[in-house]
Order: sequence, then structure tokens, then C-alpha cells
Amino acid sequence: MATEQSNGTHAALDARCPAGPIEGRWDKRRFDVKLVNPANKRKFHVLVVGTGLAGSSAAASLAELGYEVTTVCIQDSPRRAHSIAAQGGINAAKNYPNDGDSIYRLFYDTVKGGDFRARESNVYRLAQVSNTIIDQCAAQGVPFAREYGGVLANRSFGGAQVSRTFYARGQTGQQLLLGAYSALMRQVGAGRVKLFPRREMLELVTVDGIARGIICRNLVSGAYERYAADAVLLCTGGYGNVFYLSTNAKACNVTAAWRAHRRGAFFANPCFTQIHPTCIPVAGEHQAKLTLMSESLRNDGRVWVPKSSGDSRRAADIPDAERDYYLERRYPSFGNLVPRDVASRAAKERCDEGYGVGSSGKAVFLDFRDAIKRDGENAVRQRYGNLFQMYEKITAEDPYQVPMRIYPAVHYTMGGLWVNYDLETTVPGLFALGEANFSDHGANRLGASALMQGLADGYFIAPYTVGGHFAGRKIEPISTDHPAFGEVERDAVERTDRLLGVGGRRSADTFHRALGQIMWEGCGMARNEAGLKQAVESIRALRGEFWEDLRVAGHRQEFNQNLEHAGRVADFLEFAEVFAADALGRRESCGGHFREESQTEDNEARRDDENFCYAAAWEHRGEGAEPAMHKEALQFEYVPLTQRSYK
Amino acid sequence: MSDPPASMRINLRVWRQASGGAPGRMESYCIENVSPDMSFLEMLDILNEELVGAGEDPVAFDHDCREGICGACSLVIDGQAHGPEQGTTVCQLHMRRYADGDTIAVEPWRADAFPVVKDLVVDRSAFDRIMASGGFISTHTGSAPDANAILVPKTEAERAMDAAACIGCGACAAACPNASAMLFVSAKVAHLALLPQGQPERDGRAIAMVHAMDEEGFGNCSNHFECEAACPKEISVDNIALLNREFLRASVTSRSDA
Repeated sequence: MATEQSNGTHAALDARCPAGPIEGRWDKRRFDVKLVNPANKRKFHVLVVGTGLAGSSAAASLAELGYEVTTVCIQDSPRRAHSIAAQGGINAAKNYPNDGDSIYRLFYDTVKGGDFRARESNVYRLAQVSNTIIDQCAAQGVPFAREYGGVLANRSFGGAQVSRTFYARGQTGQQLLLGAYSALMRQVGAGRVKLFPRREMLELVTVDGIARGIICRNLVSGAYERYAADAVLLCTGGYGNVFYLSTNAKACNVTAAWRAHRRGAFFANPCFTQIHPTCIPVAGEHQAKLTLMSESLRNDGRVWVPKSSGDSRRAADIPDAERDYYLERRYPSFGNLVPRDVASRAAKERCDEGYGVGSSGKAVFLDFRDAIKRDGENAVRQRYGNLFQMYEKITAEDPYQVPMRIYPAVHYTMGGLWVNYDLETTVPGLFALGEANFSDHGANRLGASALMQGLADGYFIAPYTVGGHFAGRKIEPISTDHPAFGEVERDAVERTDRLLGVGGRRSADTFHRALGQIMWEGCGMARNEAGLKQAVESIRALRGEFWEDLRVAGHRQEFNQNLEHAGRVADFLEFAEVFAADALGRRESCGGHFREESQTEDNEARRDDENFCYAAAWEHRGEGAEPAMHKEALQFEYVPLTQRSYK
Repeated sequence: MSDPPASMRINLRVWRQASGGAPGRMESYCIENVSPDMSFLEMLDILNEELVGAGEDPVAFDHDCREGICGACSLVIDGQAHGPEQGTTVCQLHMRRYADGDTIAVEPWRADAFPVVKDLVVDRSAFDRIMASGGFISTHTGSAPDANAILVPKTEAERAMDAAACIGCGACAAACPNASAMLFVSAKVAHLALLPQGQPERDGRAIAMVHAMDEEGFGNCSNHFECEAACPKEISVDNIALLNREFLRASVTSRSDA
């Protein structure tokens, strides 16, 4: 086993960032990457797993370059990947509004907003390619919001001091995904991408330590299918559904990433979870999914709770003097626009102290009264009409008349498979893109940056770096007849049969809910040592029960959603333990990770750069063995390490 | 604050079909303790939990985002695609719409071009194939000019966005007595035809997508407008008029290789 280097970084975790001034690093890397002869590109086969922003854009771009591409997705159509649900917008450093934005400022804001737990080189590159993304999307026909003169409109988003967010009503993710999907379908139509929907990746196949393919279950027929390739790109999103209740779509899961982890890919910073402050509160035990209300609402809405605990008057009957606009009180300079992690914790603090509103007491008000008074109901309707309508459909309350009730919910996961500067995992030939990797957002993601990162990875980074894998390594031809495929397929089938064979009494859903409860209690918005230790114990116990008392309906050789869910819950139950261990080991507060032991006197997060300025990368060491944590030391040459303050 | 949730009993009649080729039938189920705050799909979740508990096969249905944007959910409820509410997907329908003791019929999309996979799940890959035939602007990654180099009048951008809001759920075809996919196709053709970026391929796109639609076995439009009524994004049938003009124009003006 390789050992720690002098800078504290594990040898396998060489990020391979180019040296030199940060502005030139990506240029340098692109120059240094060996090129694949155009005539040879068609001989290389790339397998792209997942068709969200990262997967669709990567598959389309790689096919355009001439590679042979196969793509699989879990949904019935690539257009339904969960990127589609992103509402607010996509950042870029265009500086069209002339308000002082620049690549350097976007880079700086992202490193600082991520609370200094991201890699500077990666973040700088992200800011660099951000502008090209907007160009690409506009050319594809993405109907971005426009000004009357026909130029693109921008707005300030998520507390940014500049207006750098591009948007398409409240449906930016949908429109960007349809752009990437249309580029993908163009390649499908041209025969350069083979598309296999309703396939779930259950295993990664490696040969001599290099990724050479995957095993999928065909979700319609139940057949196990082998896909061989010269490179595998995991674009499989985040793992927020480990909490059961989240804003993630129901099919979002950790299985592809987790299975790759078990075959050698290190998993980085699993405990970095983003809890979004503005979601519709839980309505009851039946709840299967939470709904996000775009953060843009905080531009005009004011967040408050009653000053006296248990005040059950209607919101309108509570005079201003008896309202606590707690974000404006605690953070006078940023007010309602503090970053997501800060806003979420502040809401939890008020509710824990007994000031929460609504029947559950787990909600705060987001009030548009003053905006409506100031700008008129029509102006507010123009800005947020679809969000207000969505809110009313779910809650049967009219936010033009009564304030919205909101509460934080799990939304995004900054952690993911560890990747180097080339987006390659610790398994050669296996790349991770988009939310599935860990690289760019540190411990907290800024609003409107997820779409930027997914598309940056897919359109403008992986298409270059994957070529480096082909040109730089000797890759033998492979077919699915290779014995490695047979072995791994047997593992996948056996695991499925184990799930079906437990023959207990409880459904996968009840275990998933129980796991979510453990994670929310022990690994949620505020974490402490005792709670995390308890969570580890509870997860282990629940996993034991799962394998003794699970009941799965039906068989494996058929369309079986119940079986699909059970497989995902089984993987969540393994993954959750590493998540909790990661949170336990990181005895500092940073970004979305708040350790109660590490806070200032006025209850703000206290980061500990002396001891924790690293990315934690977890290595799977076999069934039943304790996983090993390795460190990638983080250096900050450009953005000085400072405590974030939004006071 | 909201009243304590009442509890309802709901009788369901659900289409069950083991697989594509198998015969199907309506089955009756009774669900107790349905909260008015529950979504329709959460009620189906409860039904499925009960079925799994009883050792029976749960009801298969497509769903994912559960907030009305992914287009996965696809149920005909009491004869209406996406149910009784205007401009909503099934996942946004809540049980407060119903009363204690109601009986609700749940069926899959019905269209030859959307064959049943199992129970309430249908195969909508026909839409993907239509998209692959021309529902795009051919722009290689990296070849785009600066985004502000091509101005788009705000009104045109808004109209394009109205059409682009289509979520590809297929309710239009399911609601149409002819199982026509004209609203879906016209929304994509309109979205791209209204933008300057879409002009170079405008003629070929309209012709290719209409031909692809015909090949998939969707019916013709005969102006029932059921599609617009069922559309969860309230896409206007004006787009169909636009598609007809685009198709006619392209047929007259374009060269044979378009």
C-alpha cells in the first residue's frame, strides 16, 4: 500500500494539477495531454453512465469528436435525468452587466463559498470555461431570459454580489438538459451514440486494475447485460437520497458510485451535504419526497418567525414589532441572502428553540408582503409566478396572501468519487463527472453552480482528458466474453438473489425511511461526536435487520421496481456508514458540515485549517474490513484562508 | 394553521397487466387512512406497501421528480390524462381534491405508439426517436459564437420558452382521440423555429420530425384540442398551426435533400 507523501497527501491521490500560474494551468494541461489521431478515435469506445447535464453533454461531445459512444440511463428517456429539476440558474463570469465580475472573482467566490475545501486549480478552470458554456447553450437554442434589446438577462443569485446567473424562467435545469439531450439525440440519430435507457449499472468491471466496462440490469426484461469499453464515465449524480427525504428525484441513488468504490475508486468527503434552506416542509408521515422552492425567492422574500415561542396567531395578525427577522438581525450585511448552509442552520436553530411555525413547528415564514407592497403583485408574479403556483398546489395556501412556510431539506451532495484534475478516479479509465465527483464545490456549493459544473465537466473537460487516457496508456482490445465480465456479472446476480431470498416481512421502503431518520438525526444539519457514533451503530443494526427481514416482491427476470429499490437501499445502507465515519473524523465545522464541538461563541461555524485542510478520500478494503481514510492536502495559493463572515 | 388531517377511504380501480404481451384487466383496491395532504402518487406508494406486505405484486408506475418537471408520471385518472386538475402532472395532484369514499380509475397512457410495458408503465421511446430525427440545432461543442452575438427579441425568446416548456410526458398523445403527437412535435419545432439559431435547419427539421412522427404510428390531428387541455405545461395548440405552416412552407420551398 502506498504511503503518505511529505505534504500529507496519499500517493494514490496525486491530483496531477499542472504547475505554474493558475491562469495557464488548463491551457498547459490541454497541451500536455497526448492527442488521439482523428482517424483512431473511432477505435476507442467510451461508455457514459447517466444522461443528466454531465452525461448528456459528455456523450454528445465525445461522439462529435469521433469516439464510439454508448450511453445508458436509468430513466425511460435521457431527458428525464434529475438535472431537469434545477430551477434557479447557471453561473458564468461573462460580466455582461458590467458590475465587476471576472473569471477570477467567480473562482474566488467559489473557493470561499466552498469554505476552502475545494481544489484551487479545478475551481479556476471551472470559472474559465463557464463563459463558453453559456455560448454553447445559447447556440443550441436554450431559451434564456432576455432583455428587451435581445441580449441575455442576468440576475444575482444565492447571495452573490454580482449578477452572473443566467436563467430560463424557473426551469433552467430543464432547458439546459434539453439542450444537452438534443445534442445527444443528434448523435443517436447519426448512429454515433448507442442509447440504452431503462438500464441500471450494478457493477464496474476492471481488468488489470483498469476500468473496462459495466454490468447493467435491463429494467424492463430483468436481464443482466455486459457493456465493454475503453473508458467509463460515471455521470450518475448525487447521493442525497441516503436521507430518504430530499429534493432529489426518487430514482437518484448511490449504487453506481458505490459499486465503483467497492472496485477501487476512492470516495471523497461523503459527509459534505448541502441542506437547502427553502423547501416546502414535511406534511406528514406519508411524505415520499420534498420539494424545493428556488433560492431566488430569498431575493424578495423576508424570512421570519414570531418573537414569542408558540405564537399561533395567523401571520398577518402578528405585527412587525413581534416578528423576528432573524437573518436580517444576525447577518445585517447579507440579510436574507446569506449562503445556503448559514440560512439552513439559522432556521433549524430557531425551530429547535421553539419558535417554528406551522402545525409541526418545523418551519419558518418566507414572506412576500413587503415585496408585493413595494413592487406590486404583478411584478412579483412575473418573477416567481410558477414557484408560487407550485407552492399552492402542494400546500393549498396562496403565498400572495399568506407567507410561505419553508424548512431546510437535503438537496445536493458536494462529496463524491475522488477525481484528479483530469476527472479520473483512482481506477484508471474510470472518470466521474458532475455531482458524482467531489471536486469543485468544497464543503458548500454556491447557488447556480451545479449546472455550471455538470456542463463544464461534460462539454469542455472530459472530452480532452479522456483522450489522454487513450493516448497515454496501452489499452488492449476487450470484449464482454472476457472472464472478468462473467465473474462480476455473477456477483451482481448473486446479490440480487440474496435480496430476493431474505424472505422477511419488511419492505425496502420501510428500511429506507428508517435509514433516512437515522441520517437526519445524526448526520443532518448539526452533528456531534455522540450523535455520529450513535448513527454508526444504528446504521449497522439497521443493515443487519435489512438482510434478515427484507421482503422483496416478485422475481429478477421481470420489470420489478420493488427489487430496484431494494438494491439501492442495500447500497445506501453500506454507504451511510462511511458517510457517518467521515463526519465523525472531521472534527471541524466547514460549509454544510457543522460540528457542534467546533463553533464560535456566537454559534457560527469554526473551521480548523490547521488540522483539516484536506479532502478525505475513503478506500474500500474488502467486505467487513474497516475502510481507510486517506488525505489529499489542499493548498491555497491564491485565495487566502479566511473565516467566512456574512455579518 | 392547517386543520388536523382528516382521513379518507379511497376505492381504486387500477389497470394491471403483467407485461407488454399479456392480457390486462382492471383490479379493485381499497385504501384506508388517506390523508388529504397526500399526493396521488404517495397514495399509490401506500397501496404498493400494502401489496408487498400481502405478498402480492405491487403496481408498476413511472415517476421520478415528483414535482411536475421530469415528465415521467403518466397516468390516466378517471379518463383524463394527468387527472382532473388543469396544468398539472399526476405527481402534483393531491388527495384533497377527492372526498371520502370516492372511487378512482387509474389507467396507463393509451396509444399504439406507447405500448404498455407493465401495469401503468408505457414505452415512450417513440418521442426520443422523433427527437433524434431533427429536434436539435447542429452545433458542435466549442463552435458557438459569443452568446450575445446573436440577439433574440425578448418577445420571441418568451414565445420560444413557452413552447420549450414541454416535458415530453406524452399526455397530449394519450388524451387525443387519434393518439396524435402533434402537440409534442409542434412544441419542439416551434421552440427552434422561433429562435434565430434554429433558422438554418428550419425546413429540414419540420419535415423530418413530421415523417418520424408518422412512422411511429401516431395519428393525425383533427382539432379536438384535448392535447392542450391535458398538457401539464399548458402548451398551446397554436403551436400545431405553426407546425402545419412550417411543414407546408418547407414542403414547397425546400430542396429534395432537406
